[in-house]
Order: sequence, then structure tokens, then C-alpha cells
Amino acid sequence: MSKINAALIGSGNIGTDLLYKALRSDRINPVWMVGIDADSEGLARARKLGLKTTHEGVDGMVPHMREDNVQICFDATSAYVHGENNRKVQAQGSIMIDLTPAAVGPFCVPPVNLKDHVGKRELNVNMVTCGGQATIPMVAAVSRVQPVSYGEIVATVSSKSAGPGTRKNIDEFTQTTAGAVEKVGGAKQGKAIIILNPAEPPLMMRDTVHCITEDKPDQAAITQSIQEMIPEVQKYVPGYRLKNGPVFDGNRVTVFMEVEGLGDYLPKYAGNLDIMTAAGLRTAEMFAEEIINGTLVLQPEVA
Amino acid sequence: MNLNGKKITIHDMSLRDGMHAKRHQISLEQMVSVASGLDAAGVPMIEVTHGDGLAGASVNYGFPAHTDEEYLRAVRPHVKNPKISALLLPGIGTVPELEMAADCGVDTIRVATHCTEADVSEQHITKSRELGLDTVGFLMMAHMVGPEKLIEQARMMEGYGTNCIYVTLRLKAVREALQPETELGFHGHHNLSLGVINSLAAVEAGANRIDGSAAGMGAGAGNTPLEVFVAVAERMGVETGVDLFKLMDVAEDRVVPMLDQPIRVDRDALTLGYAGVYSSFLLFAKRAQQRYGVSSRDVLVELGRRGMIGGQEDMIEDVAMEMAKAQGVQQ
Repeated sequence: MSKINAALIGSGNIGTDLLYKALRSDRINPVWMVGIDADSEGLARARKLGLKTTHEGVDGMVPHMREDNVQICFDATSAYVHGENNRKVQAQGSIMIDLTPAAVGPFCVPPVNLKDHVGKRELNVNMVTCGGQATIPMVAAVSRVQPVSYGEIVATVSSKSAGPGTRKNIDEFTQTTAGAVEKVGGAKQGKAIIILNPAEPPLMMRDTVHCITEDKPDQAAITQSIQEMIPEVQKYVPGYRLKNGPVFDGNRVTVFMEVEGLGDYLPKYAGNLDIMTAAGLRTAEMFAEEIINGTLVLQPEVA
Repeated sequence: MNLNGKKITIHDMSLRDGMHAKRHQISLEQMVSVASGLDAAGVPMIEVTHGDGLAGASVNYGFPAHTDEEYLRAVRPHVKNPKISALLLPGIGTVPELEMAADCGVDTIRVATHCTEADVSEQHITKSRELGLDTVGFLMMAHMVGPEKLIEQARMMEGYGTNCIYVTLRLKAVREALQPETELGFHGHHNLSLGVINSLAAVEAGANRIDGSAAGMGAGAGNTPLEVFVAVAERMGVETGVDLFKLMDVAEDRVVPMLDQPIRVDRDALTLGYAGVYSSFLLFAKRAQQRYGVSSRDVLVELGRRGMIGGQEDMIEDVAMEMAKAQGVQQ
């Protein structure tokens, strides 16, 4: 089966976890990993697995992108450097799957709106945040039944699974997630809260989703819609589970989710990595299919 | 303990931590009444925000009667001498809310994180300094880690630009590790009836900012009851600049009539202290008991056992549901 060559920008938790998943893909062939620290563990692992690496940021890879036919890049750095990374790789004719909360391109939460991105010729899509990927399918599961005036998500991740990029830019996490709860989840107003819990042994990712419906919630229809959405997420994150709920309390609908990862890079508690990297990879695979079947033609800028 | 001649700054929490005890339903009139009373009593600092800080308004923590902006704009013009502070918990509040609070005329921003997560506070501390505000870094639930970790985290916040650090334990060790010009503060709850004595111990260890609430109105069994602390401090020769009798009157005549329930060390509040759980969990645990038929005390103990930290109110209902399932309680 033919594959599209891809580059992983960022060699931290997200980039490294994505590397392992991409190596198993039948559509994506990871050929480059980009870091900024020569001693990065992620870069060392990538080299061992046969990828080309640079510790000089995107600039270290750009001169080689065309000869290596890199057509898809994943950005797993931070919101602040995403803009520059995006500009540089697009100039080389690559599309960008953005795993930072920069939200330059349209949001993509695969089980909710991956289909909407087909055939749009988008060159940058944003994967929201781990908390967004874990919760927005549930907000959408309620809002496709009846109008949701307010959607609120509480994402709790283990301290060990939150890297320095996330920590330094924690506002971008809450702002981007809240925006996507509205735009993709379908809530009229969105809010996001993130908690980093340092317990040892580390706690599995937990996500609580509160929706306020405009009218009295249709309990049977909402429960069924949620039950139908869960397997859609499980297609790419098998450890995505309903722990408790749905709770119906007046117009409040609450579900309590748990996300167990595959343990590719960090152990299984870090489901927040998996739900982000698996969603990003699934999105990239969709674009790769379009490139392979000729419906998406990428052209580098004329130098 | 000889504290004679020490000068400290009292910081009232009744209009922020007290919001927990009032399910965030304090009216604007009550806010203004308490704040102006505290002003007249010479209390130099007053915190005004949702109980969970700026942008705490949520299903998870409770929707307040008014927005943070409405509270701050209502209180600010009625308060002449005290500094007004706003609390911000990164992960809940963001820089735009901080800027809003600054625009409302707050003098102080207090950025609070769990005691091991100080590096999420950089954006907010930096912005607060940039705006020229008195900037406090607050490490919550310090009982969960040792002194080395606390020192490391306190220095991190200091490095981002705070001019004052709050910790709730190990004050002496932290004091010695900080720059001499960095102030040290203490915020006590009364769940084990230690609010007053711990505040005195904090002063002895080098803290010069002490939090408390008029009539103790705060989460759990309340904060250090401010009028009690001020009375003891005065007898011990600690200078607070506060008029004790006026403060007693604010507590008795303005705060106590507002209370929905007595602020006391009841069974659940005691459990908070005993199990080392965040004080704002109290009323949520009581509601979970009512709804799911499980013991609120058992829920709180279980939350402590699982290492839940501040802000994890969602896990109260989750744990209660799990316990109800295990006990076969009919819902």
C-alpha cells in the first residue's frame, strides 16, 4: 500500500508518542523528526528507528523536504512557534496537522467533523487539545440530539504527562478548547478547565463533560447518542471509556470519561497523549488517501 | 512564642473564600457592606472574586450571583484604603480575566497553583508584573510534598516575578530560600481548629501577610477567624493596624447574618482536615450524599485516598456514583 512521507516537528511527549503510532500506519511514512535539543530523548529514539533528525528546528529540515518528498507535517511544538513552522513547511508544499493549540487552521475532531475536511483543500488543520479531543465528541453527542446552550469540560491529566509547552502556555489550552466546544461541539457557549494532578502512581486521564440543554433533556435519546459516539472514538483510541453517567439533573447532562492510552511512549495513564496523537494521525491518514487517489494535489511555492 | 513588635498585613478572604460557603451567591449589596466595614476597621487587604478565582463561574464550581467584574466594580469605589486583590487559578482563569480585574482597579493579583505545578503560573505572574500590580504566588495544599519540592516551586514563582509567596506549611524553610525582599504569606483554614495558632506560627516563621475571614466565612470550617486572630495578635504585641472592635462588629453584624449555615468544624469539615482534602469540596460532598445516598465523610476520605487536588470538584460526584454502585444504593 502506498504511503505519504511525513515529518514530526517537536520531539517531546506528543511528537514521540506520535512517532510510534505513525510507524504502524499504512498511509503515513514518518521520515523526519525535528527538535531543538541535541540531547532530546525523542530525537534519539527517532534516529534509532531510522528517521532523519535535526536539532536545529524546522530550518534544519526545510532544505531536505522536497528531495525527501515530505508532504505532511505534524507540529507538536507550541502555539507560539506554530505560525513560523507552518509558513516554512507550507512553502515546501507540505500540509500541516497542528497539534498545538495555536488554532490557525480549522478545528478537527475526527468522529465529529473529519468528513467535513474532505475535499476542502485545507493546508492547515488544528487538532484542538487533548482535552478537546476527549470531550468534544460527547458535547456533539448531546448537541446532535437537542440544542446545548452551554458546554463545559474539565480535563484532568497526570502531571507527568503534561510537558513544558503545555505548562508554559496553559491559557491557550483553555481558550482553544473552549472555542472548539462551541465550533465543533455545537454548544452556544463553551468553557474549559484543565487540572494537572501529581498523584503517584499517576492517575489516568479523566474528562468530565457538562452540558446545559436549552430544553428539558431527552434522556433516552441523549443516552443512546452518547453510546453511539463512544465506539467512534474507540476506533482510534480503544481505551476511551464512559466511567459514569450520563447524569441528568434539571437541564444539566454530565458524563464522566476515562482515557487509557496504549502506552506507546508514556505509560497507559497518559491517555491524553494518545487521544491527541491518534486523532492527528487519523486526520493525516485521511489527507494521505486524498493525495494518493489524486484528489489533493500539493504544490510548493515557486522559489 | 515571642512575636512582640512584629508588623503584619492582614488579608481578608470573606468575599472570596467566603463565596464557597455562600455557594457563590453573595449579593452586591452584601459585598459592599462587608468591604466598607472592613475598610472602616482598617483591614489593609480584601480579596474579591468567585471562590475559585477569576472565571471560576462554572457548572463544576458553581455559577455566582454576579460576574467577577460586577463584584469588583461594585466594591472598588466603596473602598478607600484597602488594597483589593483577585485570585487566579491557572487552568481556570486566563490572562484576559486578569486584565479585566486590573481594569476594575485591583491592586493585587494572587496566582495559585497546586504545590507541585508552579510552572503553569508563568503567563499570569508575568502579566501581573507587567501591569505593575502587587503579585503573589500561592502554592496550595503544601501538606502533600516535602520542603525541597516547596522550595523549588516557590523559587520558580519568585523567578517569574512574584513579590510575595504563600505556602501553608514549611514556612521557615521557604523563608530562608527566598530573596529577603520577597514577602511570605500564610492562608489558613480552620478544619482542625488550627487556623489561629498556625497563623501565629507562620508569623514566627517569618510570614508577614496573614489571611483570614471575618467570622471565618470561608470554605470548609472556614478560614482563620480574622477577629479572633487579630485579638490574639494584639495581646501578643503583633501590630496589625486593625481596629479589633470594629472588625468584631463587621463579623457579628454584617457577616454572620449572611451565613446559610454555621461555619464550624462539623463532621465533614473535620474530615477535610483529617483526610487532607481541599476545603471547597465540603458542600459538594454534602450534596452528593443527598443525591446518591452515600456518606459524605466516606466520599471525602476516598477523595483524599485518591490524591484529588484543588479544583477536582467533578470527581466528588464521580466517586459518589461509584460508591453508590458498589453499595447497591438505589438512585
